[in-house]
Amino acid sequence: MKAEEYRERKIEVAGWPVNLASYRLGAEWHSKADNVSPGAALARTAGATREEAEEKAVKRAEELLSRTKRHTV
Amino acid sequence: MANYAHPEALVTTDWVAGHATDPNVKVVEVDVDTKAYDEGHVPGSIAWAWNTQLCDTVRRDILSKEQFEQLMSTSGVGLETTLVIYGDNNNWFAAWALWQAKIYGHADVRLMNGGRKKWLAEGRELATETPHSQATNYHAKNADLSLRAFLPQVQQASASRSSAMVDVRSPQEYTGEILAPPGLPETCQRGGHIPGARSIPWGKACNDDGTFKPAGELQALYGGEGVDGSKPVIAYCRIGERSSHTWFVLKYLLGYNNVTNYDGSWTEWGNLVGADVEKGAAAAARG
Repeated sequence: MKAEEYRERKIEVAGWPVNLASYRLGAEWHSKADNVSPGAALARTAGATREEAEEKAVKRAEELLSRTKRHTV
Repeated sequence: MANYAHPEALVTTDWVAGHATDPNVKVVEVDVDTKAYDEGHVPGSIAWAWNTQLCDTVRRDILSKEQFEQLMSTSGVGLETTLVIYGDNNNWFAAWALWQAKIYGHADVRLMNGGRKKWLAEGRELATETPHSQATNYHAKNADLSLRAFLPQVQQASASRSSAMVDVRSPQEYTGEILAPPGLPETCQRGGHIPGARSIPWGKACNDDGTFKPAGELQALYGGEGVDGSKPVIAYCRIGERSSHTWFVLKYLLGYNNVTNYDGSWTEWGNLVGADVEKGAAAAARG
């Protein structure tokens, strides 16, 4: 088994930059969302298509990122 | 390899593909996301969970010597084994594991440059089965605490400016705008940074494919912030894993002699009663 059709792109989710990776393992698509800075993993999901896997990852990332409070400096 | 001071501390994905089943080599995956290994991993590799196997789970600490020996023994690692560690997030917790292996004196431990991301992106073979490890009887050296900074040292260094202090968190964590990486729970009472620390986020040491930048670029990155190896360096982040990554860069890729990882990091300093805190980006220029 190999990761095939690996792709990464940067998107914005809930006001934060997110790195979204996706690839196919066998018949299943996998996706991983990281916050760009510092690069922490937010979500790893799977689906029947790339779109489905990415959509799940973005949804979970949005849930987490929307909770992040910005404090006055 | 890219003019690094200690190129032997890194191996390429190509090297791992050719040596992963070598009986003298043990490949270990250490991820932030501890379930990632199950999705598929380097054939022949085993996994260590950072949150249960690479720390004391009762008190906050790294592994004791005895715990480290047990981990190595059950993992089939001998004193002569070439230990190759890789993981997600460009080797965050892989570097944390390597740092502990260095503390306990394992002779030959290396990172796979680019980590899990590069292995996947290159479409390399993945396995789902976990190989059996033949147990060993590992005897570690006593902890080399010259690689680790504790709170009193950091307080002294901050007060005297006797060390270069590197805050490797995101700029927003450094300024105090956020109290944890976006999307993660807040784990401190105060935001900001240790007085005197420079902001050099860990990720600046990496290329887009997860590999480390060449030595010349790294020297410019850290040297541009006054971190040139002329005085001791203390790296810190939130819980010590991102700073392990920077510690590795400074110690092994640039060859600075006196580099310590302050694993207490911001979850210690940012929760201390009475600790001085600097906030805002402008503070960086005063260091």
